[in-house]
Amino acid sequence: MDFSLSEEQSMLADSVAKFIDADYDFESRQQFASDKNGYSEAMWRTFAELGWTAVPFSEPDGGLDGGPIELMLMMEQFGRGLVVEPYLANIVLAGGTLRRNANDAQRTKWLQPLIEGELQSSLAFAEPQSRFEITDVATSARKDGDGYLLNGNKSFVLHGENAGMIVIPARTSGNQRDEHGITLFTMPGDADGLTRRGYATVDGLRAAELSLDNVRLPADCVLGEEGEGFPTLSSVIDEATLAVAAEAMGIMQKMHDKTVEYTKSRVQFGVPISSFQALQHRMVDTLMLCEQSRSLLYWCVMLVNAGDPQARKAISALKYQVGTAGIKVAQEAVQLHGGMGVTWDLDIAHYFKRMTAIDLMFGNADHHLDRFISTAA
Amino acid sequence: MNIDLTTEELAFRDEVRQFLAEKYPEEIRRKRLDGIPLEKDDMVLWQKVLNERGWFAVNWPVEYGGTGWTPIQKYLFAIELAEVNAPPIVAFGVKMVAPIIYTFGSAEQKQRFLPDILASNVWWCQGYSEPGSGSDLASLSMRADRRGDHYVVNGTKTWTTLGQYADWIFCLVRTSSDVARRQEGISFLLIDMKTPGVSVKPIITIEGGHEVNEVHFDDVSVPVDNLVGEEGKGWTYGKVLLQHERTNIAGVANSQYRLSRLKEKSAQSVHGGEPLINDRNFARKIAALEIELKALEYTELRTLASVAVGNAPGPESSYLKIRGTEVQQSLDALMMEAAGYFALPYIPSQYGLDFPVADRIGSGSETSTSLRYFNNRKASIYGGSNEIQKNIIAKHVLGL
Ligand SMILES: Cc1cc2nc3c(=O)[nH]c(=O)nc-3n(C[C@H](O)[C@H](O)[C@H](O)COP(=O)(O)OP(=O)(O)OC[C@H]3O[C@@H](n4cnc5c(N)ncnc54)[C@H](O)[C@@H]3O)c2cc1C
Repeated sequence: MDFSLSEEQSMLADSVAKFIDADYDFESRQQFASDKNGYSEAMWRTFAELGWTAVPFSEPDGGLDGGPIELMLMMEQFGRGLVVEPYLANIVLAGGTLRRNANDAQRTKWLQPLIEGELQSSLAFAEPQSRFEITDVATSARKDGDGYLLNGNKSFVLHGENAGMIVIPARTSGNQRDEHGITLFTMPGDADGLTRRGYATVDGLRAAELSLDNVRLPADCVLGEEGEGFPTLSSVIDEATLAVAAEAMGIMQKMHDKTVEYTKSRVQFGVPISSFQALQHRMVDTLMLCEQSRSLLYWCVMLVNAGDPQARKAISALKYQVGTAGIKVAQEAVQLHGGMGVTWDLDIAHYFKRMTAIDLMFGNADHHLDRFISTAA
Repeated sequence: MNIDLTTEELAFRDEVRQFLAEKYPEEIRRKRLDGIPLEKDDMVLWQKVLNERGWFAVNWPVEYGGTGWTPIQKYLFAIELAEVNAPPIVAFGVKMVAPIIYTFGSAEQKQRFLPDILASNVWWCQGYSEPGSGSDLASLSMRADRRGDHYVVNGTKTWTTLGQYADWIFCLVRTSSDVARRQEGISFLLIDMKTPGVSVKPIITIEGGHEVNEVHFDDVSVPVDNLVGEEGKGWTYGKVLLQHERTNIAGVANSQYRLSRLKEKSAQSVHGGEPLINDRNFARKIAALEIELKALEYTELRTLASVAVGNAPGPESSYLKIRGTEVQQSLDALMMEAAGYFALPYIPSQYGLDFPVADRIGSGSETSTSLRYFNNRKASIYGGSNEIQKNIIAKHVLGL
């Protein structure tokens, strides 16, 4: 049992933290979020130069061989900085799928540019009717000559509007909610028959609704085996769930810390409001929520790292925890900032919105509590 | 980061398991299983068994008879004890007064008191709280006036847990009122309960049990030799003790054991023709608690890891107290809920030694779930109430 980081891991965490402190203040973040695609292209190139886009990939692929611990360390810092660049969509979701399933040609075509920072991509994990069930895939892929014809709708595709490639889970066989029969396709962003409606999300990110109307994809767009896409999809979503939980940890900690600081400086009734016991105890509660969440995060990441069979259950425990605790911490932070807490100009509001979004991502607290119950240890 | 235990740790765990398989007394195992309250002799017997193996004073320095275990070993030990549902150690001697004596006491006091604590020959109780001084302990008023080589002690201690069994009591007493800070007039005094003028009166707790007492001191003469450390420094010593008390208070291992029992129980009790565990609402409450407990376990492990690299157990132990007792009390409530109507019959006598288990109303110890639930509301009150713990965290961790 060891909670300490390796030297490389500490260096990675420190370098991301320093970068966030020095180059990613809240004003810059707001600037980046208002760029055309909802993030800064220049910042993304910097991420690539710093090697961050290569972290989770294997050395033969040109990556840095990072695992769940490295992912956690980076995502926590991204949460702290409220980073808008599409690390989750591009590296964790699309990159995670390619890393697991792509053949040599697909690696060259998609994974290389992705690692080098040249490609933005995403994964369409939701449909209008699916809510949090990733097996609920109504989008169909029919054999058509030596390729496939895809029809259906995808919802909430993160950074889907400007993605150069989107991984599409589509049904090649089975019933709408079967695990079996889901096939993963690499679909170019400019495919004929694809319509994208991009929009901003409340947390300052971007997403898109896709409609696929007879989109024709050649057979070499299939990632992995036909009909066998679910295990990959499920494992990528679990990894992404861990990633957003770590991001939530950064957000929670930041909101708690900022709130403690703020109450020490805000004077009412002639004294700092931090001297009121009613507020002190609430901040002690948020501190404990942060600590309890961090404990589960470490437990979970260690299980995932060890490939332990309990890992899937642990991910649900963690997501439930950060969903409930994170929302509580965020709401308390807003409350203790008073009117300032509900202004657009103060970062607290934006941390709150991102935390709210994270609770919904890949299943909210209720969803994961039930998954925790139904998953065998 | 690595979740695995080392080969040494695994071997240690096996050693503990083997010891428990061979040495955990059968009559205690039986009583615990049947929910029969333990008596003084049972507790002393078990502590002696542990001590024979050198595993009683787990936290003491090796020179006084401690184990020298790593924090992880202590954690594993606690888990294994809980696995067999071993009774908790009575803390007052070994975990509370002993650390004060070996840290601040004279060579003579160490000689005189530590061996008997180690061997469980002498039963100690804690005399801090007074009728007028609970959370605000520094306001305490029990006086010890110096008369030559004796103190004359007058006043009342209360809530004295298991004082009815005690041979000795360690007290915070007021030796001076003529000080700038009231804390500076407080001293740490060891008092033989057989001294004339000491009397013990039971306080019956909410579920009808007798575990706490009021202890009256009426012109009790105590040799000056029984003062620990310096006069007027008792408050500082007591604070050290409170920290010891708190690190042991999370009770993670015991809660894990009880959670398993709760799951077993709710797989058996029937609700709407189905096992209770299939009820969504109930299953969710258990799951949420299980997640909270897992988080608590890792909070404790993180604290242990930090202590292992040389950090003192600090005010962070207050989280463990707060969260630990909250989890315990949630477990109490769910245990009672699982018992259904059988939580309601109030028949403490059926947990008597001579009452046949098969003749009890309710199966097993169902009717004791409510007794435990009511009794254990104490957990968030004693040892520094949870509100006081929050004050400590606010001040010392958050700097508010
Ligand atoms: C079963 C049991 C066993 C015990 N065993 C022992 C023992 O062996 N030896 C011993 O010395 N003592 C023992 N105690 C006493 C225990 O330590 C006290 O009960 C505890 O310190 C609280 O004091 P009080 O009961 O006087 O409550 P009070 O101090 O009167 O508190 C009442 C309420 O007010 C709250 N409160 C008080 N001050 C503050 C504040 N500053 N801010 C916010 N809230 C506050 C408290 O949290 C509590 O909710 C025991 C108590 C119980 C119930």
